Amino acid sequence: MIGIQHFLVVSAILFSMGVFGIFLNRKNIIIILMAIELILLSVNINLVAFSAYLGDLVGQVFAMFVLTVAAGEAAIGLAILVIYFRGRGTILVDDVNRMKG
Amino acid sequence: MSTLSSIALTAPELLLSVGAIALLLWCAWGGDTATRAISIASVALLTAAAFLLLGPAGQGGPGFGGLYQADAFAAFAKLLIYIACAVGIIIAPRFFADGGSMRAEYPVLILLSAVGMGMMVSAGDLLTLYVGLELQSLAAYVLASFMRRDTRSAEAGLKYFVLGALASGILLYGISLVYGFTGTTDFGGIAAVFGTPAEEPVRLGRLFGLVFVFAGLAFKISAVPFHMWTPDVYEGAPTPVTALFATAQKVAAMALLLRVAIEAMGPATEEWRQIVIFCALASTILGGVAAIGQSNIKRLLAYSSINNVGFALFGLVPGTALGVSAVLTYMAVYVAMTLGAFLVVLQMRNARGAPVETIASLSGLSRTRPALAAAMAMFMFSLAGIPPLFGFWPKFLVFDAVVDIGLWPLAMIGIATSVIGAYYYLRIIKTMYFDEPAEAFAPGGSRVEGGLIAVAAVVVSPLGYLMIGPLGLLALNAAKALF
Repeated sequence: MIGIQHFLVVSAILFSMGVFGIFLNRKNIIIILMAIELILLSVNINLVAFSAYLGDLVGQVFAMFVLTVAAGEAAIGLAILVIYFRGRGTILVDDVNRMKG
Repeated sequence: MSTLSSIALTAPELLLSVGAIALLLWCAWGGDTATRAISIASVALLTAAAFLLLGPAGQGGPGFGGLYQADAFAAFAKLLIYIACAVGIIIAPRFFADGGSMRAEYPVLILLSAVGMGMMVSAGDLLTLYVGLELQSLAAYVLASFMRRDTRSAEAGLKYFVLGALASGILLYGISLVYGFTGTTDFGGIAAVFGTPAEEPVRLGRLFGLVFVFAGLAFKISAVPFHMWTPDVYEGAPTPVTALFATAQKVAAMALLLRVAIEAMGPATEEWRQIVIFCALASTILGGVAAIGQSNIKRLLAYSSINNVGFALFGLVPGTALGVSAVLTYMAVYVAMTLGAFLVVLQMRNARGAPVETIASLSGLSRTRPALAAAMAMFMFSLAGIPPLFGFWPKFLVFDAVVDIGLWPLAMIGIATSVIGAYYYLRIIKTMYFDEPAEAFAPGGSRVEGGLIAVAAVVVSPLGYLMIGPLGLLALNAAKALF
């Protein structure tokens, strides 16, 4: 029988993968965007699992909002990435270093 | 409560969002030639929204079934936010004039950001909190990378986006845990559940949710250890945008943190107090130490904002109305000091009119531009919290609130850390008054900016103490709305 704890564990693993994907990734900014999506999806699993467990619809409504905002966030992220690429000609993480101190 | 009366409560947000959409259409048809008219209309909208706060939107109570709170606390924060946003629009055209990148969308983005910040400070539910925060952040990512041809601005936007999205993710994960382990997203409901004891796994789940929510919000107010994005973003973003980030956004995020801590998690004060104490101490110490080696004035002001957020957080430690009102007073004075400092930074342009940002270029400012140097000196002394300037008063209130609950040692350490911060503020004053003059700045020439600097200087001057009565009353009223 699959219970709430299984969903929570899956979601926690996805969340950690997302966070590590941002910090350990040394290659490409697109991968960071993917890691951010992973974090948001792990939250959605949490919300929907809790919603089903509690028999309360708010969690599912919340998940819809998260999906919508995630779409807007990805659009803006990619737009910023495009202007960054135009200026610098690279999207490698190690090259994002104009400012230091 | 009927829908109609709820709509009356949200009048400022409605006005700003409908106005922003109308102005966006104007941008689409009018193009960049309409920039000036759109900027004026945006400032007018912000002013109108501020006046709407006098009506039901200022003290109407909960609306839309508790999703939205129109209380004195929200009104206080919104007033500061609208003022900072209006200044952010007014100072932009001259800054962007050189690069030619002032576009008609700039004031519209600020309006949308103001709507988001208004929703944040009025949130009565985790859902409104999230939607408001994201509206504010999405507009802010675009604003940070607004100078599209400038690689530093694009890089600032990129860094801000990645770390801001991570912060939203962490906050959201915390929200999902809080929702799961309390069964509600309503702040009042969450407080009721937090007030009841729980079995071990549920208690742990709630605690995890609380920690993640606080970590996400600490990102947004840029408290140490979640501050690493601040110096880069503040340095790279266009200066008017940086001024907006350092003031309006800080006020909104801090007000949101206060509301979540007191209204939703008030019964768990013992649990979050340690987090807040750690963030406050770390922010004041690191904000002071790391600023010492900086040579870029915007970077220095970024560390200064981290430092000041730390002091404001001390006011949250007691979790009392006295403490919250001290934080609100702090934020009000902080907005005046920081806007003033950024206005002075905007005057720093070389003979060709290009902006300069090094601290060394301020050398001997007292001889080339005495009035500007005097104003900057007042802002720096005030940020350092040196009496008799007004910046001393909120620091006093904050530590007074800490002492009030008997945390003497914490107050003593906090006051000691303010000495570290004083060092680099005084260094700027030394550069301006005692170093050999560097290349003189281009003449100011803008009456509006000069006037704004004068107003900010009067507020932080000892004359500011005349405002203690009304300001203290407003802040206490606002704080009491949370309890």
